[in-house]
Amino acid sequence: MLSRVAESIYWLSRYIERAENVARVVQVNLNMMLEAGEDPQQWWPLVNTTGDHEDFKKRFGEANQHNVIQFLTFDPANPNSIISCLRAARENGRSVREIISSEMWLQLNKFYLMVNEAAARHRIDSPNEFYSEIKLASHLFAGITDATMSHGEAWHFSRLGRKLERADKTSRLLDVKYFILLRSVADVGTPMDDTQWASVLRSVSAFEMYRKRHGRISPKGIVQFLLLDQEFPRAVHFCFNAARESLRAISGTQAGSTLNSAEECIRKLCSDFSNAQVDGIVSSGLHEYLDDLQTRMNLLGVGIHQTFFAKRIPESGKDPHGQRGQCAA
Amino acid sequence: MKLSDYKIEHFFDEMIGADGRPRSAVQHLARNLEGLPDGELILRQKSADRALIQMGITFSVYGASAGLEKTLPFDLVPRIIAGSEWNRIEKGLRQRIQALNLFIDDLYHDHEIIKDRVVPAEVISSSKGFRPACVGMKPPQGIWCHITGTDLIRHSDGEIYVLEDNLRCPSGVSYVLENRHLMKSLFPEVFKAAKVRAVSNYPLRLRDMLEYLAPPDVVAPHVVLLTPGVFNSAYFEHSFLAQQMGIELVEGGDLVVNDGFVWMRTTHGFQRVDVIYRRIDDDFLDPEVFRADSLLGVPGLMQVYKDGNVALANAPGSGVADDKVVYAYIPEVIKYYLGEEPIIPNVPTYICSKESDLKYVLEHIDQLVVKAANESGGYGMLVGPHSTKKEQEDFRQKVRAEPRNYIAQPTLSLSRVPTVVDGQLEGRHVDLRPYILYGKEIFVLPGGLTRVALKKGSLVVNSSQGGGSKDTWVLAENEAEADMASGAVMESQFQTQGTTA
Repeated sequence: MLSRVAESIYWLSRYIERAENVARVVQVNLNMMLEAGEDPQQWWPLVNTTGDHEDFKKRFGEANQHNVIQFLTFDPANPNSIISCLRAARENGRSVREIISSEMWLQLNKFYLMVNEAAARHRIDSPNEFYSEIKLASHLFAGITDATMSHGEAWHFSRLGRKLERADKTSRLLDVKYFILLRSVADVGTPMDDTQWASVLRSVSAFEMYRKRHGRISPKGIVQFLLLDQEFPRAVHFCFNAARESLRAISGTQAGSTLNSAEECIRKLCSDFSNAQVDGIVSSGLHEYLDDLQTRMNLLGVGIHQTFFAKRIPESGKDPHGQRGQCAA
Repeated sequence: MKLSDYKIEHFFDEMIGADGRPRSAVQHLARNLEGLPDGELILRQKSADRALIQMGITFSVYGASAGLEKTLPFDLVPRIIAGSEWNRIEKGLRQRIQALNLFIDDLYHDHEIIKDRVVPAEVISSSKGFRPACVGMKPPQGIWCHITGTDLIRHSDGEIYVLEDNLRCPSGVSYVLENRHLMKSLFPEVFKAAKVRAVSNYPLRLRDMLEYLAPPDVVAPHVVLLTPGVFNSAYFEHSFLAQQMGIELVEGGDLVVNDGFVWMRTTHGFQRVDVIYRRIDDDFLDPEVFRADSLLGVPGLMQVYKDGNVALANAPGSGVADDKVVYAYIPEVIKYYLGEEPIIPNVPTYICSKESDLKYVLEHIDQLVVKAANESGGYGMLVGPHSTKKEQEDFRQKVRAEPRNYIAQPTLSLSRVPTVVDGQLEGRHVDLRPYILYGKEIFVLPGGLTRVALKKGSLVVNSSQGGGSKDTWVLAENEAEADMASGAVMESQFQTQGTTA
């Protein structure tokens, strides 16, 4: 398929997934406030999760419920706000409208219009309902994608984008929350601590599945579950496995042949995750581990770009036809 | 809803005859409209508007703030054309396209028509659409104008006239298909009873025509649609047609010329392209031949085309006949090449570069429609009777300064169709743009796009100037021609879990 089209589909699903993840962290924080009482300190980690700390400080100063929600939901100047993500997703969707199914376009459009109307009102009447709707709209889009689009190359690019975005957001969330939560040593083992950890799980819809698997809530159990679990769909390892499958399907790589740079990256990530032990990760520093993981995910992104999306020109004197089926990086 | 309140005034009305009664072809629809309870019409209109926005069937407006999108307003009441009348129109369009194709081919080769003094040489050489780069070119299968969207109007005398030929990149056919889709869901009962000719096979016909143009040695031609990109006002249509045809939608940057062929950049290397349905004007097609500053086209494309290794539709250079001065000669062109009288007449046209015509135009500018010869989309135009003294004076100066660039026509009173205005029906002026495909044979899509000037009294139907559209129903003369109405309910029973059948 066209490189430009592949890139648009990949980013379309990344942006939808990103919007969903922002909605998740905001909603969980709102709920936590209800249980633990209003605490402005609890809003900083949200800004950190999206990685735009500096920009926020410059424009808004101190974090509080109102400005963080505006910043993350409706701020058009924040490229990672929900509205910005949906605009970007829709622009990408528009440029591949003939590739995606009509049902996908319709849902994308409805999703965008829903958030855009709320943005025009500058006000959310019922936050809980609003963020739930966003999560559902994203799920609906993913479900429609799986149910109405042929599971060929375009679909694999869309899955690749969704899984990598999800892996990225789960790891960031873990990083921010772990750092913040362990800092308040006095709270460890108190009911407050449990509430906060439960909220980390809830923000990735992992609370119930975690209970089934590990029972008691413990920091290590959570790290194990959100990073290394191979069955929970928002766990980083699970996402990597799916991304690897899609990359393999896209490249059409046979066993034993050379891998392109993207495949090589994901192969190493998957094998490292298979061998990783949660005790080792925590004792040598979770933050350092996650930092390194972010760097490696960025490299994977670069590999995907260079292998599939970057504009190349045919080598002169050579029949470009002969290059079909290759993925020169 | 009572049709008796509806006023046709002194216009030709497509639905109601001069006697105040519905024309025979329209009786089904008229009965149905009269049977609608009060307020129902506005409900269905709202439901149609909502559907358009949710489907994202929008166009962007040039000159407006970036990213502004509008839907083309859709009016519920269809325009209906009797089968027998349509047959005559179709015959006229075939005749015209055939003559136009011979004409364009002659202009780029032997100029017989100029030598025989039917068309003056300077009219052709001064036409902006004439491309010296195309002289001597032989387009695949000898066809230049593959896709045409001829604009037709009906005057108060009841006669249909050709207003413009539109041989470059006529747009709007996607609205024909989407409007039909909407009508079937909004008025399934009327639709079924009326027996309307189908339009849904257009994308398939278009694809067949494009494949027919492929270089002869290619077994399974690779056809693409070349768009200027998402910011083009017709992007929705480009994307829609590519999807419906099942071909790739490409931008200039996706294509590259190498070793005498056109290739597209894919995730698996480069893939050869054989036929390009281009929705980019000649000017922007190839910066090495036409405008050097174009970022939309493909450098080297014209050489590949000239060598016969890629087909382009429409053929570059075919826009020469879109010039409104050239248009004035088309009735003579038809007689010259086919030896036939034109079946559909032209609107009488004053050519301002002719001295006697110029004098008449300047004296009667308040009664005429003056048009720039090379503009489209309703730009560069004066409607005399609806203009101010100042606008008239501005146009007099423009015409005097550049007579070659202007023509004038009598202000025709376009026919009207009942249109929903605030929940009631009022007459609004319409035109009609049928679509014609010229491949192995000539195919005319039954009906076409009916554009409607939604502003009261306005004669300008262009979407950029406050126009909307209607579904166009050409009635079938027998059952076999009729479109199937959708919405049929499946009668069978399904088994469900835990029940015994």
